[in-house]
Amino acid sequence: METYSLLREIADSWVLLGMFCFFIGAAIWAFLPSQNAARVDASMIPLRDSKDQKTCSGTCESCACSTPTLELKG
Amino acid sequence: MGCSTNREGHFMNYVKLILLGGITLLAALAASWAHDLAYQIHALIIMVIAFVMFIRVLRNTDEPIIAAPTGIFEDGVIRAGVIATAFWGVTGFLVGTFIAFQLAFPSLNFDWAQPFGNFGRLRPLHTSAVIFAFGGNALIATSFYVVQRTSAVRLWGGNTAWFVFWGYQLFIVLAATGYLLGATQSKEYAEPEWYVDLWLTVVWLAYLAVFLGTIYKRKERHIYVANWFFLSFIITVAMLHVINNLSIPVSIWGSKSVQVFSGVQDAMTQWWYGHNAVGFFLTAGFLGMMYYFVPKQAGRPVYSYKLSIIHFWALIFLYIWAGPHHLHYTALPDWASTLGMVFSIILWMPSWGGMINGLMTLQGAWDKLRTDPIMRMFVLSLGFYGMSTFEGPMMSIRAVNSLSHYTDWTIGHVHSGALGWNGMITFACIYFLTPKLWGRQKMYSESAINWHFWLATLGIVLYAASMWVTGIMEGLMWREVDDQGFLVNSFADTVSAKFPMYVVRGLGGVLFLSGSLVMVWNMWMTIRGAKPATTSLPYAIPAE
Repeated sequence: METYSLLREIADSWVLLGMFCFFIGAAIWAFLPSQNAARVDASMIPLRDSKDQKTCSGTCESCACSTPTLELKG
Repeated sequence: MGCSTNREGHFMNYVKLILLGGITLLAALAASWAHDLAYQIHALIIMVIAFVMFIRVLRNTDEPIIAAPTGIFEDGVIRAGVIATAFWGVTGFLVGTFIAFQLAFPSLNFDWAQPFGNFGRLRPLHTSAVIFAFGGNALIATSFYVVQRTSAVRLWGGNTAWFVFWGYQLFIVLAATGYLLGATQSKEYAEPEWYVDLWLTVVWLAYLAVFLGTIYKRKERHIYVANWFFLSFIITVAMLHVINNLSIPVSIWGSKSVQVFSGVQDAMTQWWYGHNAVGFFLTAGFLGMMYYFVPKQAGRPVYSYKLSIIHFWALIFLYIWAGPHHLHYTALPDWASTLGMVFSIILWMPSWGGMINGLMTLQGAWDKLRTDPIMRMFVLSLGFYGMSTFEGPMMSIRAVNSLSHYTDWTIGHVHSGALGWNGMITFACIYFLTPKLWGRQKMYSESAINWHFWLATLGIVLYAASMWVTGIMEGLMWREVDDQGFLVNSFADTVSAKFPMYVVRGLGGVLFLSGSLVMVWNMWMTIRGAKPATTSLPYAIPAE
């Protein structure tokens, strides 16, 4: 079998199936309820830079740096 | 212990001296044996740089070694990156505006500047300056900033980050001077010749090492989604770059090389590279910026982390197949161009998913659009991202492509993406980063940001609108036949019909360029530490 046909055969069968399954797997993983806490935790990373970790609780009335109370979704 | 590191440091200096001396000598030989002008000038540039570095190392040899700084973050290289981004941005926009007027007024291809100043040589200078110099520096700087903040550690590899920065600048200089002097391998967006490609490969692998090393030693448990996008951008660009630049130099003392692929395989490889340069350089990398800076500026986490995971994997799995849509109605097999078209259309979904994810991050903070010009820039860039990722799939449909391809519609599409999405998000990031990196409270002038916003927006509108009109007109004129079946218009007819739109496009460029000059002034004043131009009003709480 020439190289092209062989590669084409592999790409059109098992590799295609493998990639499709990987993608579906990633999509299911993205929605797993058990991962909810991990997702919330990960999504908060940008908002807790070490430099920003001041004493600010974000509760003072005139606070300009507060993160308003958030409804967290995964 | 201090003694042994000292001795080690001195030993390293001797190794460096031998290497740099060798490079200087080799570059001098290369300059004298060079087969062409571009190669000769490049050899001279490398010779001078290696020699200056040799002197620098020599002066520090056997001097006490200063301990490397070990603060929480390495920000020096990011400061340099922000300045380089602004510098190359202005340069690229300037060249772009000039070549836009060259198309409107061909006499701007001055006789005295031939062959260096003609459109054919300035055009790749413009595209590489804006994509690789402006965009690339923005990506390197922001990715280094983001990966440190979201991993809560200092960059891995000490001075390797500086090697990446300066190595990348050298790549830019070699590429740009090469174009002017006529060294090109004639592959769009991959014009640099073989030795420049090899250098970029070295620099890029160092970049990958710094980025991966930083992620590896992170203190956060999770790898934040922005880093996934940055990492996929770095890895994929390495793969694309190496495969598309497989070529054999005619001589190691000359810049000319011959591609390994030929014919339709070469075309397919080129557009597999070309479209994924759009997909991973100008999209995935910039989405990395979006996923960090938009939540940061809005002060809220991204709208849906689930959606960001789906967005990432869908983008990775779909983009890589979209390239063949650049080759409709060519020698490429039909199945391949159909594949490219179908995947381009499916790609619409993750693109808009990502846009919605970015925009909805503002949910509950929409009032910031009114009060925060930086937020406004982010939102506009996301708007343009959505617009050009709708237009792109549409243009990849074969029937639409038969009208749009080879016309200025394509140029308009590229610029609404590049100026609107990449440009605006980079400007917003610069406005975010400049005060932070130089320890200022905020940018010197808020109204200057507003000026920039409107100048740039108007510029893009003029650009895109004139290119739609002229592109579709051109496409229709090319296909117009009379009742005998003869073509009605010659190519020159379309060129003269396009003149007014070319002038409007050039004016759009002038507006965009002036906006960026306002930004540079604002950065200058901020960095210099002048007091803000206006005292800010007391913080207004929006009516709910």
